This record gives sequence, structure tokens and C-alpha cells, in this order.
Amino acid sequence: MTDLNPELKTRIEQTISKEPVMLFMKGNPSMPQCGFSAEVVSVLKELGVPFGSHNILSDPDLREGLKAYANWPTFPQLWVSGELVGGCDIVRDMHAKGELGLLLAPFKK
Amino acid sequence: MPLSLQELADQLRTAFVGAEVRVEDLTGGGDHFAATIISTAFAGKLPIARHRMVYAVLGDAMKSDIHALALTIRTPDETAGGDPK
Repeated sequence: MTDLNPELKTRIEQTISKEPVMLFMKGNPSMPQCGFSAEVVSVLKELGVPFGSHNILSDPDLREGLKAYANWPTFPQLWVSGELVGGCDIVRDMHAKGELGLLLAPFKK
Repeated sequence: MPLSLQELADQLRTAFVGAEVRVEDLTGGGDHFAATIISTAFAGKLPIARHRMVYAVLGDAMKSDIHALALTIRTPDETAGGDPK
């Protein structure tokens, strides 16, 4: 496990908990810069769940730090209530099985 | 340095002995891959834990050579009922 500098760790934890549903992605929801990020955005929109997002392309420190913090080497990363749900494959699978809608139901407006 | 499909498949087959492994180079560039791994090693593991097992096997390659890796990870029992894809 990589030792994260405490300031970065604090910033990561604050960003993860900024919203109950947080997507760390390449680009932003209106203009994703990667097909996998775009797919997760479209699933969340389809479910009608409000979510926060963070563009890791414009934040290299957090991008590298979050990989270590999460023990997860890729983006996008979907976090719910401070816990990593997974990347695009897991989101797609859970959505296909109806599990994602159940998980996110409490956060629908 | 691009990773060959063969190297990727070999690493996965070495780590998950007896697994059914299929790999695909999505762009031909040696850095965007898809892999399907069917192994009893994943029984009783949540999706996130299964992905971490695969990422751990690939180690440094995940940090450098591999830019994207779409994973389909199942147990033989899960595939018996038919692959939804």
C-alpha cells in the first residue's frame, strides 16, 4: 500500500464524500472524455440519480492518489456513501441485473 | 511498451490455473484490451473483489502498458445458465 501524503488523503476523502453518489471520471458529465466514463454517466442519468463528479484529467495529484487510496487502477470510479462500487464493467453488470437501481434508490430525488 | 495479447493471456492463465481465458485487443494498439476469465477462484467473491484479484495479477502492467481493460469475470456455475452477452 502506497503511503499517501496526509493532505492529499484528506482531500481525497473530502472529495469522495462531497455527494452521496460521486463519479470520478475523465471529463465531465456533459462532455465525457472517454467511452467508459460516458457509459457510466448515461447509466446514472437513465436511473435518474443525482450525482457529483470530479474530472480526474484536470487533477493529476488526486488521480494518482485515488488509485492508491482505492486500490483500484482505473477510471471511471463510482463511489456511493464513501465506498467504491466499481468501474464501468461492474456498473454495467449491476445495472443489467437491476442491482444498481436498488443500491441507488435511496438517493433518487 | 505495448503488451501482446499472448503475454496478457499467459499472465492470466498462470495466475488462475485451470481458468478459461479469452482476450481481445480492442484497438490493435496493445493497450486497450478486453478479457473474459472464467474460474472457480472467483466463487463467493463480490465483483469488486474479483476485479482486484485480476488487477493484482497484472500489477505494474495496469499502471503503464494497459490503458483500458474491460473485464468479464465469472465462475463456471454462473456461465452455465448462459452468458447474457
